Amino acid sequence: MSDIQNRVIAIIAEQAVLEPSDISLTSTLEELGIDSLGLVESIFAIEEEFDINIPFNANDPKESDFDISSVASIVAGIGALVKEQS
Amino acid sequence: MKRVVITGAGTINSLGHDVATTLEAMREGRCGIGPLECRDVERLQIRIGGQVRGYEPETRFNRQQLSLYDRFTQFTLIAAREAIAQSGLEFSGELAARAGVILGNSGGGMTTLDDNYRAVYEEGKNRVHPFVVPKLMNNAAASHVSMEFNLKGPSFTVSTACASSNHAMAQAFQMVHGGVTPAMVTGGSESMLCFGGVKAWEGLRVMSRDACRPFSANRNGMVQGEGAGIFVFEEYEHAKKRGAEILAEVIGYAMTSDASDIVMPSKPGAARAIAGAMQDARINPEQVGYINAHGTGTAANDKTESAAVADVFGAHADKLMMSSTKSMHGHLIGGTGAVELLACIMAVRDGVIAPTIGYEEPDPECALDIVPNEAREREVDVALSNAFAFGGLNAVLALRGV
Repeated sequence: MSDIQNRVIAIIAEQAVLEPSDISLTSTLEELGIDSLGLVESIFAIEEEFDINIPFNANDPKESDFDISSVASIVAGIGALVKEQS
Repeated sequence: MKRVVITGAGTINSLGHDVATTLEAMREGRCGIGPLECRDVERLQIRIGGQVRGYEPETRFNRQQLSLYDRFTQFTLIAAREAIAQSGLEFSGELAARAGVILGNSGGGMTTLDDNYRAVYEEGKNRVHPFVVPKLMNNAAASHVSMEFNLKGPSFTVSTACASSNHAMAQAFQMVHGGVTPAMVTGGSESMLCFGGVKAWEGLRVMSRDACRPFSANRNGMVQGEGAGIFVFEEYEHAKKRGAEILAEVIGYAMTSDASDIVMPSKPGAARAIAGAMQDARINPEQVGYINAHGTGTAANDKTESAAVADVFGAHADKLMMSSTKSMHGHLIGGTGAVELLACIMAVRDGVIAPTIGYEEPDPECALDIVPNEAREREVDVALSNAFAFGGLNAVLALRGV
């Protein structure tokens, strides 16, 4: 899990133009200054990194079957998808 | 009707990364065309082009901007920054609300298309970067200019192949002329010197393998270029009141359609555009001292264009000068009229006529003074800029010194 967490945080940090150490698990993407374009770019980068498909629809992120409310929820969601799709 | 003047100019092309360097290259008759550098160049038959060299995108844009800006958008923004800085205009309040940006472009983000087609077709990837669409759309450049400079008035992109920039600038002129807005940002850009972009042109068999030699009897086709040219068109009194430097006055234009063939040029269509621009500018043919030719270096264009000019100007055709600067910077397709307008500004402002380089043998079918190989110093009252596009869509602009 911690490997996935570090890799996800590295991607989010790059998108937010921050150091990984500045990202906490409770941070929201909004707090990190990631806008809607930044979000789809992060999702793309995570899909590429883990070779998975993330069920995310930018039209209605809340209705997507993928919780992006915090860094922790994203890491947890990726962990589940990696297990499911590997 | 309002008088319209140019108060800012910017460019990046194979001759230089700004206006001063480009005009110096034109004065010296330098050639920006050279061996093409792009992926899979060895699979191309055509391996020359007027590429922008020594350009480092990272020094002009940050990483996030680069993820959104195709090369044609990058060129546009670089040229727009130069033009707007020179104009001294700051777009806020009422001026921002009325001023817009109209640009010409033909291919859109061709390098973005090329890279991503490769990814999905050649490499078999099933996922592309989320910004492919906002990067490749033809209006991306105009939109990014509007965002960087706060232009909130009429803004759009015109696509008429090789006449795109002239159509765009004619439209921007019309808006200032008619009083819709005191200023417009206009011009055009293109960047299609990637494998797919060159391959497509190669298919038409109109490309030269060695040089662009417009009007020369041994011409053997066109050579692609890339880059951007951007201008600030401003209402004369508005510019005068704030003491802006005026580069030239735009005095008229005309647009015509051949309504005849998708690729072959037409003498009557070209002639009507040239005559129409003079009529719109209310000038006599004798006042025209210089024409920046469409002059692509193809057999068909150059003889048709020469015949059209001879028809329109009669005896005066032998007195005026007409050069094709495509011999130096290549054919920028949708951006070409914008870079070529710089040669017209140099003619009416500085009295320097850019040459047609690479000229080797006279062609009796192109028997005009095409300013062979060396620039010339000559006072010019009015200059015209010709653009005759595939699809038979023509646009000619008229400039005068101020």
